[in-house]
Amino acid sequence: MKPEIGVFSFTGCEGCQLNILNLEAYLLDLLDVIEIVNFREAMTEKGQDYAIAFVEGSITTPEDEKELKEIREIADVLVAIGACAHLGGVNGMKQLRDLETQRREVYGDKKDFFPTTEVRRVSDVVPVDLIIPGCPIDRNEFVETVKKVLMGIPPMLPTNPCCVECKSKGNVCMYDKGLSCLGPVTRGGCDAICPSYGQPCDGCRGFLETADFDAMVKAMENEHGISTEAIIRQISHYNAVPAADLIAKLKAREVIHA
Amino acid sequence: MHENLNINVHHMARVEGHGNIVLNMKDGTIEDLRLDIVESPRFFEAFVVGRHYRDVPHVTSRICGICSVGHTMASVRAVENALGMEVSENVKKIRKLLHDAAFLQSHVLHAYFLVAPDVLGVGSVIPLAESHPDVVKMALRMKKFTNDVCDALGGRTVHPINVIPGGLARFPTKKELIELKAYYEKMLPDFETTYEVFSSLDYPDWFAGFDRPTEYISLHKPDGEYPLYDGQVISSTGRIIDEQDYLSMIHERVESHAAAKHVSGETDTYMASALARYNNNYDQLRPKAKEVAVKLGMGHPCTNTFANTFAQVVECAHLMEEDLAVLTELIENTPEPEAPVEPTKFGRGAAAVEVPRGILFHEYTFGEDGILTDANCIIPTGQNLANIEADMQKLVPGILDRSKEEITLSLECLVRAYDPCISCATHFLEVDFRE
Repeated sequence: MKPEIGVFSFTGCEGCQLNILNLEAYLLDLLDVIEIVNFREAMTEKGQDYAIAFVEGSITTPEDEKELKEIREIADVLVAIGACAHLGGVNGMKQLRDLETQRREVYGDKKDFFPTTEVRRVSDVVPVDLIIPGCPIDRNEFVETVKKVLMGIPPMLPTNPCCVECKSKGNVCMYDKGLSCLGPVTRGGCDAICPSYGQPCDGCRGFLETADFDAMVKAMENEHGISTEAIIRQISHYNAVPAADLIAKLKAREVIHA
Repeated sequence: MHENLNINVHHMARVEGHGNIVLNMKDGTIEDLRLDIVESPRFFEAFVVGRHYRDVPHVTSRICGICSVGHTMASVRAVENALGMEVSENVKKIRKLLHDAAFLQSHVLHAYFLVAPDVLGVGSVIPLAESHPDVVKMALRMKKFTNDVCDALGGRTVHPINVIPGGLARFPTKKELIELKAYYEKMLPDFETTYEVFSSLDYPDWFAGFDRPTEYISLHKPDGEYPLYDGQVISSTGRIIDEQDYLSMIHERVESHAAAKHVSGETDTYMASALARYNNNYDQLRPKAKEVAVKLGMGHPCTNTFANTFAQVVECAHLMEEDLAVLTELIENTPEPEAPVEPTKFGRGAAAVEVPRGILFHEYTFGEDGILTDANCIIPTGQNLANIEADMQKLVPGILDRSKEEITLSLECLVRAYDPCISCATHFLEVDFRE
């Protein structure tokens, strides 16, 4: 029997799921070796076992949390795919402002219909075995992960910063263009696609464990004159949840490394 | 004939996002018939507040991965309108090619992967890979083509990065344009086959015979091309307005019986879709597209909601012809790269663009520092919800002699005909979390 694979979707744009569907060249080959069982069928048959459960989206409602825990119970390997699942992603921005105010802004006096909670990463709710980072995920990284899990080889994420790939492509540094960029602290593996299109890295693949934020912030402010506000904005684009402490620290003080 | 009937399709498949269909009948009377939206609330309009104008399209494209090219276009154009940035004709031409490719992508996906399984009586495209391998392989090839074009012009298909406020980050080279044109030409036979496939399928009577005239709202360019990227806003009642005045035509209202915020147009409920564009802009279609419409048995105007899929196929024919002409032009006169234009003011601006599922509005206000202070987005699926329910009310009484399974299928097909995108819609819809 072919291993059954589930793709589950929580609060997000479903773009990562679409990128899996966008694997046209591989899709039929993939279906030869795996069985894709989708979310809406899955929940009617409890107790089914998944070789791999791919989870996209952040966890923002009590229902999300309950379903995610059920998936964890029946999945051998659970993979968080995309920035929303991995980091909270753009959803995390709502953490920066008062939640009640925002509920009122969007839903007015009907706000109590929406039991939204704080934005959580998948790993804030259940143990996560693997990550496919990015906003959106890279199609080839998905295929590689499936192959390696099926062969029993642990997939490895790149440990170099985005800058390494950016330099090797010969891009002019964003800082030399007067822009602010998170390439130095962000996990590579994206082929520096954003800087290659003239746009700074906003950190969608997550920050490296080795990142030195004190040095980074100091350089951004002192050498490039970037305001604390702008730094907070950029860090919180995808990383408001994992970088909550750093953001609180930046918000708390007037001038940094003067 | 059913006297009592309860249908509850929980988390219906093959729509983007999560929705439920509910039908309750008692003693021959329909007590409840609606489409519930059960996606999580998203709060985009709230958390985009405080972002710099350059980042706003990167944030709002994340409303929906499936519609990310369309949201990017609406967002970038709304930023440009708010900041007084006028881009060149060449920039518009290249953006339109990308925008069109996203339409082709979405229409191919909807017609082959979401609608065809219904008509052929299977649960998904996967069994079709066994029974109709050539057609499925062709559909995958077409999808790959459209994604390759989006990659080439947008940087990537999902959340494109080449379209930025004020212009484009990168212009395609002449060599790339020549290669693209050859690619379009190579794909023409697959599109020809598609016109044949969808005109030769055997559609159920409730599909082929449905008729409910409604109001249609779309973009319009009286003297221009079939409008997808920009234009005025037209209602099939005949009223035409500037995109900045969209709220004088598009009215949001709260229905006490329904969980979703509903939208009405000039009259009552209305449809935003490929069918709306087709009905309002038939004269601007290229000859090949009109030929395909005849082949598919579409009149004009066409008031059969199920024919929205046909209108999508007609648009594919139009866009293949249109884009080949634009590519030819761009190859002859290849644009030099231009630096993005800078803001000339900071204020409020709205943009209306067509996206595969219908007309989409983004509206922003910026302060002098370029930081967003206010945002509003009105999404096609949200506009269509009330009309979907009105169509359901028309459909069900005519098919009560059928089995519960067939009634369920017909309701699912009706919802799928709108190609609803619930991820998009829930950034503002009222959500009912019933279990």
